[in-house]
Amino acid sequence: MGESVLTAHVASAVKADAPPAIVLDGVNKWFGALHVLRDINLQVAAGERVVVCGPSGSGKSTMIRCINRLEQHQEGRIVVDGIELTDDLRSLDAIRREVGMVFQSFNLFPHLTVLDNCTLAPIWVRRMPKKEAEERARGFLNLMRIPEQAEKYPGQLSGGQQQRVAIARALCMQPKIMLFDEPTSALDPEMIKEVLDTMVMLAEMGMTMVCVTHEMGFARQVADRVVFMDRGEIVESGEPEAIFNNPQTDRLKLFLSQILRGH
Amino acid sequence: MSEITLNTAVSGVPEAPSRTAPVRTTGAVAWARQNLFGSWWSTAVTLALAYLIVRWTIGFVEWAFLNAIWEVPVVNGQAQTQACREIKGIGACWAVITEKHRFILFGTYPFEEHWRPALVCLLFVGLYVVSAMRRFWNWTLVPIWAVTLTLIGVLMWGGVFGLSYVPQERWGGLPITLILSTFGLAFAFPLAILVALGRRSKLPAIKMLCVLYVELIRGVPLISLLFMASVMFPLFLPEGMNIDKLLRAQVAITLFAGAYLAEVVRGGLQALSRGQYEAADALGLSYWQKTGLIILPQALRMVIPPLVNTFIGFFKDTSLVLIIGIFDLLTAGKTAIVEPAWQGFGIEVYITVGVIYLVFCFAMSRYSQDLERDLNRHRRR
Repeated sequence: MGESVLTAHVASAVKADAPPAIVLDGVNKWFGALHVLRDINLQVAAGERVVVCGPSGSGKSTMIRCINRLEQHQEGRIVVDGIELTDDLRSLDAIRREVGMVFQSFNLFPHLTVLDNCTLAPIWVRRMPKKEAEERARGFLNLMRIPEQAEKYPGQLSGGQQQRVAIARALCMQPKIMLFDEPTSALDPEMIKEVLDTMVMLAEMGMTMVCVTHEMGFARQVADRVVFMDRGEIVESGEPEAIFNNPQTDRLKLFLSQILRGH
Repeated sequence: MSEITLNTAVSGVPEAPSRTAPVRTTGAVAWARQNLFGSWWSTAVTLALAYLIVRWTIGFVEWAFLNAIWEVPVVNGQAQTQACREIKGIGACWAVITEKHRFILFGTYPFEEHWRPALVCLLFVGLYVVSAMRRFWNWTLVPIWAVTLTLIGVLMWGGVFGLSYVPQERWGGLPITLILSTFGLAFAFPLAILVALGRRSKLPAIKMLCVLYVELIRGVPLISLLFMASVMFPLFLPEGMNIDKLLRAQVAITLFAGAYLAEVVRGGLQALSRGQYEAADALGLSYWQKTGLIILPQALRMVIPPLVNTFIGFFKDTSLVLIIGIFDLLTAGKTAIVEPAWQGFGIEVYITVGVIYLVFCFAMSRYSQDLERDLNRHRRR
């Protein structure tokens, strides 16, 4: 059930004349004196899968956290699904409803069962009847291949299972865009695959995705575009093959040599 | 699964059979030999302490029960306490309790109306029991509290339904202690949550106000606050207007408890990881939804032990109202032995009052342990 709901939902989001899902226009941000985002310009089309990579401290997490205002940018414009992100709380609420986020450290609510984690936001934010929300949540848990964990608490699950619950929780809000902030960095190697598999599945269904990740295999497999960031700037961006096989800048060459050595 | 077993077979390492944990030698004798008589030194300490404990227990039983006097004759309304004085130090004189228990429990409340404060105490206990049951943790508690508290007010004051009017100055004893602590904590707790949230607010005015409140109230002894409420506060009121003395003490206690509880709650708020706030934000929950559904349920569970610690402390601190002339349980006990016939029997009275306090505090303590275990189920694997 979950799959059909999702694909129908995603298909409606992807139209030929749809506005870009995300526009970052001249975005700047400082942490104190530290200039962490420098003139970021990025457009993500509806249905596009973008992988953001770069060395640690390059501002990639900060950038995607600006998209749903977990961090506040100081200069420039951010437009999500045609809504500009301003200080107006209504625009922020509207954007957060359309944007799902998956965190490195899962951030499940430990005092709620897996099912309650998934139904909380649909019930309270979308005002969905409880029955319907639970039905939908079970559908997405099924899609994530963890239907049998619904009644457990997050603390009873493995890291990989927790991250899949976190993805299901975000999907239950039926977002048009999914942001992934290093979703596999906190996982054991054998659990990385199970999470990546679910992300590949989402990508194949046509979900608009922005992923910060070091998983280059994943980038090659699903990304329409890879964005390389370093020291707060977008240094290069392009199709995965071009980025990985034909890097133009020394910084990207250095980064690739480092992560490839690691693998 | 099959893949895993295949792997071990291929590598040629036989799977080690799993063993059960080694059985520990148990039983009272083995335990005592190990812990109480492990060495000469340990044996000596054990014997010395055992001797002291047995002697003290026997002494207490003799004093409190075997040699005790439970009743004394009353002649012309005067208790004849000579018998008690003769055995002073050898046996307890529980006659003072037999004679004075109604005064200790209900103070100067009119004697023939004592059933009213007695009923009030039962209502309070019933209210605690109902509120402690988790199946009532929903909106039904609001009408239950409203009705019970109204009933308590009607019973204590009277003046309606054929009950004679009893002014607040004549209330005393256990009902006063229960009223002050119940209302005090019932109002202080929500106040504390708001103040703790306010102290973490991004709005400077609200934050400042909350910090000021906590620091001002916490930096002053409760006694001086009670004095201020009882002596200074009326000076600021227009002439002829008078607010009930008990109410003023109640407000002082509530404000004081609120400041302390706020800091306890804030401790819980700070213990939560930022990820919880971010996850709630990312899902689009509003501030109050986030606070009510995600933050407070976790923060309050974490601070149950210090919270109950503060509750218990304040239950006993209500006895400080004696300095502004309110007759709580302890003050009533003290007053009971002012009468010449009963002077010198303080130990018996204080033990009795102590036991009453202990019953309430121990109940709170045990309940909090159960609550903590139940609510933190999710932390167990």
